[in-house]
Amino acid sequence: MQEAMISKAKALLADGTVTRVIGWKRGEFVYDVTPAVFESAQELDEGFVYDDFTAANVSKYLIKESRKEGKILCFLKPCDTYSFNQLIKEHRIIRENVYIVGIPSDGKLDAEKIKSKGITGILSAQRDGDTVKVETLYGIETLPLADAMLEKCLSCKSKKHVIYDELIGEDGEVIDSDRFDMVEKLENMTAEERFEFWRSELSKCIRCNACRNVCPACSCEKCVFDNPQSGVENKAPADSFEENMFHIIRAFHVAGRCTDCGECSRVCPQNIPLHLLNRKFIKDINSLYGEYQAGEDTTSRSPLTNYDTEDCEPKIVHERGVE
Amino acid sequence: MQRIGVFVCHCGTNIAATVDVKAVAEALSHEPGVVVSQDYQYMCSESGQNLVKDAIKEHKLTGIVICSCSPRMHENTFRKAAAAAGLNPYLVEIANVREQCSWIHKDIATATDKAVILGKAAVAKVHLNAPLTSMESPVVKRALVIGGGIAGIQTALDIAEAGFDVDIVEKQPTIGGKMAQIDKTFPTLDCAACILTPKMVEAAQNEKIHIHSFSEVTDVKGFVGNFTVTIKKKARYVDETKCTGCGLCTEKCPMKKVPNEFNMGLDNRTAIYIPFAQAVPKVATIDPNYCLMMKTGKCGVCSKMCSVGAIDYKQQDQLIEEKYGAIVVATGFNPIKLDKFDEFAYSHSPDVVTSLELERLMNAAGPNGGTLLRPSDKKHPHTIVFVQCVGSRCDDEKGKPYCSKICCMYTAKHAMLIREKYPDTEVYVFYIDVRTPGKNFDEFYRRAVEQYNVHYIKGMVGKVTPKSDGQLDVQASDLLANEQLHINADMVVLAAAIEPDKTARPLATMLTTQMDTNDFFTEAHPKLRPVESATAGIFLSGACQGPKDIPETVAQASAAAAKAIGLLCKNSITCNPCVAQSDELMCNGCSSCEKVCPYGAITYTDKEFRMPDRTTAIRRVASVNPAVCQGCGACTVACPSGAMDLKGFSNSQIMAEVDAICK
Repeated sequence: MQEAMISKAKALLADGTVTRVIGWKRGEFVYDVTPAVFESAQELDEGFVYDDFTAANVSKYLIKESRKEGKILCFLKPCDTYSFNQLIKEHRIIRENVYIVGIPSDGKLDAEKIKSKGITGILSAQRDGDTVKVETLYGIETLPLADAMLEKCLSCKSKKHVIYDELIGEDGEVIDSDRFDMVEKLENMTAEERFEFWRSELSKCIRCNACRNVCPACSCEKCVFDNPQSGVENKAPADSFEENMFHIIRAFHVAGRCTDCGECSRVCPQNIPLHLLNRKFIKDINSLYGEYQAGEDTTSRSPLTNYDTEDCEPKIVHERGVE
Repeated sequence: MQRIGVFVCHCGTNIAATVDVKAVAEALSHEPGVVVSQDYQYMCSESGQNLVKDAIKEHKLTGIVICSCSPRMHENTFRKAAAAAGLNPYLVEIANVREQCSWIHKDIATATDKAVILGKAAVAKVHLNAPLTSMESPVVKRALVIGGGIAGIQTALDIAEAGFDVDIVEKQPTIGGKMAQIDKTFPTLDCAACILTPKMVEAAQNEKIHIHSFSEVTDVKGFVGNFTVTIKKKARYVDETKCTGCGLCTEKCPMKKVPNEFNMGLDNRTAIYIPFAQAVPKVATIDPNYCLMMKTGKCGVCSKMCSVGAIDYKQQDQLIEEKYGAIVVATGFNPIKLDKFDEFAYSHSPDVVTSLELERLMNAAGPNGGTLLRPSDKKHPHTIVFVQCVGSRCDDEKGKPYCSKICCMYTAKHAMLIREKYPDTEVYVFYIDVRTPGKNFDEFYRRAVEQYNVHYIKGMVGKVTPKSDGQLDVQASDLLANEQLHINADMVVLAAAIEPDKTARPLATMLTTQMDTNDFFTEAHPKLRPVESATAGIFLSGACQGPKDIPETVAQASAAAAKAIGLLCKNSITCNPCVAQSDELMCNGCSSCEKVCPYGAITYTDKEFRMPDRTTAIRRVASVNPAVCQGCGACTVACPSGAMDLKGFSNSQIMAEVDAICK
């Protein structure tokens, strides 16, 4: 796949379709694959990476990149196309300046998860059916795929590209995923149990802002959490703000716009399952206003910024509170 | 440094009886920035206002807080007073310590505590108030009347009389509404058509009145003085400008088996039709569901017969857009469907009819040419039973909880007319109560009982059973005699409850007006503003606001016209300066605000910005048209970036209030 993508990128650079390519390059470790911009065939040959650790969604980078001179090529996995579409809907990306090549994805590996199984010194990972063979400094380890895959890939919602200029490989279908199972579990807890669950998760937050920075729905010109007058900007997690407010405010902020791309949980260095907050909102929106998938298209209205006579009455909040 | 004055009103005993006003004034005098805090018996009185004005001048106040009644009541009074004393009127804040405090509490201590808290919140807010200046917005000198029944016609005539252009939008092919279907009118028994049709003609001939028949309102934008309305002129497949209404086409049309809705389906009409002889406009309409040419492509008789070439089978719906200063809703009523009232055998026997059907059966232009005959065998009925309150005053889901108001009178009318014309017919009326208030109304009902010997029986009909001999067995109870009755009737007439027209609810959504649970439009004040809706520039005429008879409908129609004329007479209206504004440095151009704006006040521009890194960037940012914005605040909550704020109700002002309350 990596070779096919490099040659596609080279061809598009050569014929002048694009002047730059946003892809990924390797970091210090084999599993540190981060987005990068390439401007020549040589740069592509030297640094372009696409492998089982290449999970980062490049959509958000295109807010800035699409405003620069010339057209840019981007490779989008199916889940990334939803984020891209949502940003188009919000007028954040200039579509004409982006050339999209859709690439298939059968899930990405989670180095943190592998490490949590006691496997360290990772040198490479090889998928083999339902297992993953990890080559380490200390020998070869094998573990089940489910124990090595990113949560967002295990509960993948779609293999379909909702926007692209061309595809490498075949397009897939929307998947009937079980992504709301854990939300349901949380809903079935008592209020005290749920409070305890979130307390223990959110108290881990170190307020690194990685979730906010990676989130494609977080694209305000000026973030409220960076406002010096708010009293909560650039702060250490020294009080209960992170536990009580930060993530809840963020979830509210992206409600109706979150495509469930799962980047927040992927980048969280404390492994807080932040996606569950967003999925609770998505589940509620689906049940109150009818099925809605943010980013599925560029024109439909989010139920939260739309009104029709079939909308639920506000008293639903009270009724649910009583339950 | 702010210099704030606090003025606590006793409102006679309205506030002072439950709130210790002196303690409130004293407590608020210690709030930051407060330099004077006083109480007075009637702050809205002239001397009360002078107290405020003098304090503004004497203490050089930069903001004032009035602890009094609801701002709906006297905010304007105090704003004017402040302006007269040289203080910007938007530096006035009202703490509602009457409706939201004294009136709803009994305990003086708690009410006083709450009044202090409300006062503190207002003080906290007024610290952040900024002086605002109102703008003027022009008034379009044209009115729209939605609905062309007697209410709409009367309103349009009165507005036109005052010299303003007025458009009537009527969904049927003709104006006239329900009154056109009625035979005689109470309490004078004059013929409805004789008094209605001259008005219809007058409306058609008035050069200020423009009738859009067979049309519907599909979209309403804008605000008081400046509405933009989209009207769909439905295809009638006949060129209105050419058709002379000669009626030749309707005679020759071979498709003669179309249920005639004007006669309540009691007879048939042709596929191309003019609803009734005095229709306005007198123009034919083709019913595409029945027209052979439109269904099969084979016929075209009307087209061949028409000497002026008015038939156009390919006509399309047409959308027109027009601007209006005022809109009057006159969408009227319909009798309810009786499918949930099986006990009266309405769907089992043709001889069980509704009162409106009886109107047609008795009308000279009706299916029987005015002779009352049984629908089943066209024989003269000898016993007729009227059932009142069918679906009215109903406490379950089947009917309506309200009294339909007109049924007692029209039933008395029907009973009387039948006894007058057919003295050999026995007439029974079953009632719960007879309600006939109104000028000459009770006399009218008594005449039916005393002079015409109509049998009024207090009690309800339990069951109507069609018998094999064609008669109807009416099983009922006489509550006064305390006995069960069985009456062999030839006909049963049901006084069906009336309900607002089905088009009213979607229309209310378009107009952003309120409705009650029964879908009647809600007036701005049930006593003092009965013909205005709570939405500025939208007025209510006739039965769309509640059940009404013709005299009341006409009175309300003229009242609504007077209100609309009052608005149209103005060259401009003062806009509310409490409008939204976008902070362009925060705005990311996502369009959320534009999507939720009900007034279309938000547009986007690409602007060049200097970025922190000394580069420039073109960014898409929202801008608000203050003349169009109505200050509803929807955008401020939709904006994900917090870039939208409402002047006079800014996020910081509201947070300051909340903080003051929670402190």
